[in-house]
Amino acid sequence: MSALQLSHQDLLKIYRTMRMIRRFEERVMAEMATGDIPGNTHLYAGQEASAVGVCLQLEEGDYISSTHRGHGHSIAKGVDIDSMMAELFGRASGTCGGKGGSQHIADLRKGMLGANGIVAAGAPITCGAALSMKVLGSRQVAVAFAGDGAMNEGVMSESFNLAKIWNLPIVFVIEDNGFGEATANAAVSAGSFTRRAESYDIPTLEVDGTDVFAVYSAAGEAVERARGGGGPTMLHVHVPRYYGHYSGDPDTYRTPEEKKAMRQERDCLVSFRRRMKEVSLLEEAELDAVDQEVEAAIDQAVAAARAAPFPPLSALTSDVYVKYL
Amino acid sequence: MAQKSFRQALNEALHFEMARDPRVIMMGEDLTGGAGANGVKDAWGGAFGVTKGLLGAFGPERIRDTPISEAAFIGAAAGAALTGLRPIAEIMFVDFAGVCLDQIMNQAAKFRYMFGGRAKTPLVIRATYGAGSRSGSQHTQALHSIFTHIPGLKVVIPSTPYDAKGLLLQAIRDDDPVIFLEHKMLYDTVGEVPDGAYTIPFAEARVARDGKDVLIIAIGRMVSVAEEAARKLAADGISACIIDPRTTSPLDEDTLLDFTDKIGRVVIVDEANPRCSVATDISALLADKSFDALKAPIKLVTAPHSPVPYAPNLEDAYIPTAAAVAKAATSIAKR
Ligand SMILES: Cc1ncc(C[n+]2csc(CCOP(=O)(O)OP(=O)(O)O)c2C)c(N)n1
Repeated sequence: MSALQLSHQDLLKIYRTMRMIRRFEERVMAEMATGDIPGNTHLYAGQEASAVGVCLQLEEGDYISSTHRGHGHSIAKGVDIDSMMAELFGRASGTCGGKGGSQHIADLRKGMLGANGIVAAGAPITCGAALSMKVLGSRQVAVAFAGDGAMNEGVMSESFNLAKIWNLPIVFVIEDNGFGEATANAAVSAGSFTRRAESYDIPTLEVDGTDVFAVYSAAGEAVERARGGGGPTMLHVHVPRYYGHYSGDPDTYRTPEEKKAMRQERDCLVSFRRRMKEVSLLEEAELDAVDQEVEAAIDQAVAAARAAPFPPLSALTSDVYVKYL
Repeated sequence: MAQKSFRQALNEALHFEMARDPRVIMMGEDLTGGAGANGVKDAWGGAFGVTKGLLGAFGPERIRDTPISEAAFIGAAAGAALTGLRPIAEIMFVDFAGVCLDQIMNQAAKFRYMFGGRAKTPLVIRATYGAGSRSGSQHTQALHSIFTHIPGLKVVIPSTPYDAKGLLLQAIRDDDPVIFLEHKMLYDTVGEVPDGAYTIPFAEARVARDGKDVLIIAIGRMVSVAEEAARKLAADGISACIIDPRTTSPLDEDTLLDFTDKIGRVVIVDEANPRCSVATDISALLADKSFDALKAPIKLVTAPHSPVPYAPNLEDAYIPTAAAVAKAATSIAKR
């Protein structure tokens, strides 16, 4: 899919969403330093084009599942950033009422089945969502995002098998940032990810995850196959991870030069802007205006989160069951 | 004696035993941190820094970074234990035991019994546990009750740096599968730890504080909460005795019963969820065997029957507090 085939509105949406994810992450990192966001978060910055390229192919009723690095997927699927920010601050107005936190952001109304604290756990759950779609006779599809590290969990392979034998309308998106925490993928993964999926007769596509159009077009093919009853697809998407594994990670296992080069050469926002200029589709001024709009939206989300109350103490024991008896 | 952190005490035990016994190996995710990353070695020393320096001392053959595949590497550790090695496998957060529970519960725990006593499984599974770090429901559980329930597993839950070192050395030398649980919030606590090697036998409870009015039985990190409560109680003229069982399986029933008989008033403090738990189990033991000595109902101070919440105010309310322990103790002290 070339940029020329997308509408002006879609192009702006792509940029706005990628920028929103980037600034959300940068702001979260800054707010972590104030100590007002509790715990730790795993930042998605650098990987924006993957979430945005995939989710632009999805409809509101389609499902996605995410990982511990879930902010980008949530924003791309349309989860409200005000409630996400409030969740990070642990407030009652958060997506999960403050009870979930960064690793558990979920919004079923937006088809977002949850970030997940357990590596690879989203894959079988998403098979279940795809099964629902199939049994209920809807034309919706489900997308399971996972990292390269997740590929080595057994449940990933089990999910591939299940998706294939049940011919589920699912897309597995493997976001390969080269690392699982501080361990390089190359040190712990045998063979190739695409060959693993292919051994289950699942078609695969390998894409540059800093090129939102490449991701968009690969996801288009996969989603169309799923929606048309053609079963699962796996996308192997190569992305950079700008920050350390989590917000407190000193990231000493990568050299400063390596990190600098990554940011200079593999930035999806920079390459998107360059591309727009080349093909004269979006004006610089339009993009700058988006930047400002995004900035204001994030300021507002942080201010609202700070002003919001913490959950009442009664919330501690609510929501364990729908009903006890 | 030298003052050392809980983290340092564990690191010393690992160093010592790996140097002493070539059959001891370690495996786990990010055990060294930085594996395969552009020539960087041992950047992290494990997610919590406990295994720092081991790679340099013992090399990658004995200090293995694993893929994120708990079922496979915990199973492999069990298999290696069955066949001549003494593996120490690390589950970064005990919550992830969910991924490999089969290997722990149906395999490692059962070998010796199922094979008619003709097998040993000298396996240590180290894992972090516990709330307090604002990490949400899937990274904060206290699951020792679940492991304690399973025959064949030994369960160790140290509360001080001194105990951490001695119990870990004991665990590595033990011929059974041991689940060794480290509270994340204890790693930086400091205490006296000898430089040399020493072991602490299992099923030997520690009297953390002597007292005569109320017996507080506290598990793992809750020992420090009980100590804080005891100081409050002392100010009110109530003398509290604190017992730390140190291992929940095997359990030092004798010490718990002796002190119950002597004091007659008991509070049990545990961070785990209350239903079918170590706290209810100890309570049942005391009610069964020391009923006549009891002068008041046994009081349990535990987390509520809910997952661990993220919001700071809720997480604080989840974890048993010294105030709650003192209140429970006071409620029975005069009866
Ligand atoms: C079952 C399980 N094991 C280990 C962890 C600890 N952990 C959290 S994220 C992570 C690395 C995941 O790597 P990858 O799937 O490549 O995703 P990335 O962080 O690179 O986005 C690990 C080991 C976990 N959360 N769940």
